[in-house]
Amino acid sequence: MTSKNNFNESSPVEPVIFERGSEGRTGVMLAPSGLESINETDILPIEFTRDEIDGIPEVSEVEVVRHFTRLSQLNYSVDGGFYPLGSCTMKYNPKINEDVAKLQGFAGSHPYQPEELSQGNLKLMYELQGMLSEISGLPHVTLQPAAGAHGEMAGMMMIRACHEARGNARSKVLIPDTAHGTNPATSALCGYDVIPVKSNERGVIDAGEIERLMDGEVAALMLTNPNTLGLFEENILHVAEIVHKKGGLIYCDGANMNALMGVAKPGDMGVDVLHINLHKTFSTPHGGGGPGSGPVCITDELAPYLPVPVVEKHEGNYALNYDRPDSIGKIKSFYGNFGILVRAYAYIKSMGSEGLERVSRTAIVNANYIKERLRDHYDIPYDRPCMHECVLSDKKQTPYSVKTLDIAKRLIDYGFHPPTIYFPLVVQGAIMIEPTETEPRRAVDSFCDAMIAIAEEARENPEILKSAPQKVKFRRLDEVKAAREPKLRWTASVK
Amino acid sequence: MRYIPATDNDLKAMLTDSGAGSLDEILAQVPREIRDKAKLNLSPALDEMSLMRHMKSLSDDNAHMDSALTFLGAGTYNHFIPSAVGHILSRAEFFTAYTPYQPEISQGTLQAIYEYQTYVALLTGMDVANASMYDGASALAEAVLMAVRIKKKRKKIYLSRSVHPEYRETVKTYTRDLPIDIIEIPLAEDGKTDVIWLEKNLNEEAAAVVVQYPNFFGTIDDMQTIASIVSDKGALFVSATTEVISLGLLKAPADFGVDIAVAEGQSLGNPVNYGGPHLGLFATKTAYLRNMPGRLVGETVDIDGKRGYVLTLSTREQHIRREKATSNICSNQSLCALAFTIHLSLLGKRGLKELAKTNLALAQYAKEKITSLNGFSLPFNSPTFNEFVIKCEKDTHQVNKFLLDKGIIGGLPLGIFYPELEDAILFCVTEKISKEDIDKLVEVLSDI
Repeated sequence: MTSKNNFNESSPVEPVIFERGSEGRTGVMLAPSGLESINETDILPIEFTRDEIDGIPEVSEVEVVRHFTRLSQLNYSVDGGFYPLGSCTMKYNPKINEDVAKLQGFAGSHPYQPEELSQGNLKLMYELQGMLSEISGLPHVTLQPAAGAHGEMAGMMMIRACHEARGNARSKVLIPDTAHGTNPATSALCGYDVIPVKSNERGVIDAGEIERLMDGEVAALMLTNPNTLGLFEENILHVAEIVHKKGGLIYCDGANMNALMGVAKPGDMGVDVLHINLHKTFSTPHGGGGPGSGPVCITDELAPYLPVPVVEKHEGNYALNYDRPDSIGKIKSFYGNFGILVRAYAYIKSMGSEGLERVSRTAIVNANYIKERLRDHYDIPYDRPCMHECVLSDKKQTPYSVKTLDIAKRLIDYGFHPPTIYFPLVVQGAIMIEPTETEPRRAVDSFCDAMIAIAEEARENPEILKSAPQKVKFRRLDEVKAAREPKLRWTASVK
Repeated sequence: MRYIPATDNDLKAMLTDSGAGSLDEILAQVPREIRDKAKLNLSPALDEMSLMRHMKSLSDDNAHMDSALTFLGAGTYNHFIPSAVGHILSRAEFFTAYTPYQPEISQGTLQAIYEYQTYVALLTGMDVANASMYDGASALAEAVLMAVRIKKKRKKIYLSRSVHPEYRETVKTYTRDLPIDIIEIPLAEDGKTDVIWLEKNLNEEAAAVVVQYPNFFGTIDDMQTIASIVSDKGALFVSATTEVISLGLLKAPADFGVDIAVAEGQSLGNPVNYGGPHLGLFATKTAYLRNMPGRLVGETVDIDGKRGYVLTLSTREQHIRREKATSNICSNQSLCALAFTIHLSLLGKRGLKELAKTNLALAQYAKEKITSLNGFSLPFNSPTFNEFVIKCEKDTHQVNKFLLDKGIIGGLPLGIFYPELEDAILFCVTEKISKEDIDKLVEVLSDI
């Protein structure tokens, strides 16, 4: 057998773990059981047992640590720098939240241990529900959804259950053209047809258009506020009135809650159902794609349909109530991503009302500041004050054949994570920038300086943008090849 | 404000210097009547020291795996996590990164997911695995939806009662608004899926048959027999595993012809966490790749020919396909999957098997010792992995109360989920329980 470290293809920055180690190595020493060693086939029928799994590598602890440490060094992160991804709210993740989440009473408690031995957990959940209710202006909260899209699912299922109870499940959901892709995908999962709603020339929902589309078959209007253009849905009260009058409900995607604390409570906008992303507004880490948490806040009318169990308080004791005959049911095992709830709870406790109100205010100022600083250099498709994020486009760079993708990749060379690009779909070549409140002016300024320098490069030396990034370990990757010849796992023959 | 750098003066200067106008002007887009009601009424901000004290007091109001000897499993398991896992995980480059949409600066996350996908494929024996789902239960629900997509006109799902009750509930919720019928396969006397019933009742309207492996009672269904019944009717065979360590010792689901294998991955690298976050493993055959839900990472090269990784086949996903997507999922449990990958790497192929064997041996010892006592017996006489059911002559809640008085958290009383098993408790024994712990349990039980 050839050495595991010889590669026929061009040498990778870090081999995969399967190319490391050698026979007989290990990264663990297991505790002795105190029992005589057994042969598994004494207990299990031989037709059910397997040998050691070929392909699982044998590596020592130091090799494992080095491997993953090196991998980590190939990542950009919030702790490393500015991460202005629009609608993703890449704010700083406070360190104490990680420490409290590791406390054994939280991390080491079993979901089926008796309720009287879980009062701390249940109290935390009950209080977090109350906090999110205060922030959203909606009276009931479920903490169970594991992510925003999961919250959407729970929310839309409650909406459907509500319509069924009223006598007609209805068949359609209205979704603005600025919506996240999860909104239509969720509606389909709940058995609804999606009717797209065109935004008006101001980039918001047009009340007249809603009036025209709204009928007795529309279950809900699913909107995001502020919307993905970073604009507050200024007609929201009128729109909600139209929808409610025809028996529809308003679902609000709370992806952009970071703009709203102390500014507007969704419950006061006529929203019936709202999901909140704890991993955005409430500072829990994104972890490279999850785990998140997507609590859902609802009105009184929808309360009977909450997923089970519901955390309740009776005479100073906290309990899980499963006896909810109209509930949509369970949406995952146990009670939600509890470890994420602990972090969000600690965050809200450390901020208080004033701190959270300051979050939104600062995020809004940062976004408007960026928009103004970049005004002369980039196209602003909807040019008016924005909320916590602003959307630009590559229109001014088109004459030089420079696209949004090139601008994004060049930002990497300047040491920044690119903004969200090509979204929302209503803006061609969109560049969606969300600075959040945790960036100091200096970081925001350096980012703006880089964006301005790139705009100049686009005019003078567009090639440098098209061949970016150059200064990091990897250059542009071939996504077409990845999709055409999918190689989704390592195999020995790949070498 | 320790997490917000800007002072009031900074904000004022930024607004003035940029010409953005006043905050009031900016917020004019929010209707006045909404803004006027927006003030928050939460408890005042806590300093870091007070916050830690408060959180500790909440945490102290809970029992946990180290404060009490615990025999609970049933979907989330108390395994030892090597220190290296936590140390690597808490590297901010993993912890505070977003979804790897910009592959040039996300190769760490991408390659880790690629390695995770490989591990899941190896454990399940399947061709391909995705980047993970929320948990085992929601992964199973997604598998059911996928089976219906593949089998188009077939709308019936046969779901064994030996599947974790919360998984079954989750499947029912995910399918409640869709034209899909869920039919429960009864239990046979031995605590396994009733294959005679299945043989008699399964028909060509079935999109899939779902079993748990090992099942909720810790025992192993007649996988071979079920597979042949399923394939006779042209349905898909779906398996769910709640205890992934078992796959270190038990044949891969693919060896029984399973078409979609899902599992809860918590046992590797992740604490029980009062039930979450966990991670759902999801694997299938290459033929069904394009019907798969969730993120996928694939290998490719950069323009210099250097091997690298990207998110791929995203035309299945919601951000491209919108209402026609294979799922509405928009994330994966990346960090939990990383913990899984690190733990499995540390174990290596021998360590995994040894760990599984230790679990098997300790559980077997506990099972034999408990049933040697008067008043405790086995309702099902079939081999088990690290969980088993004990039938009690005394009321199960009384048994657990008695144990609790002695500082032991007993197993799960099954009457909560199975009325016919009102007199039974599901015990779980992992490597964190020693022989002495089991002897202690048995001694206490013998006093009842």
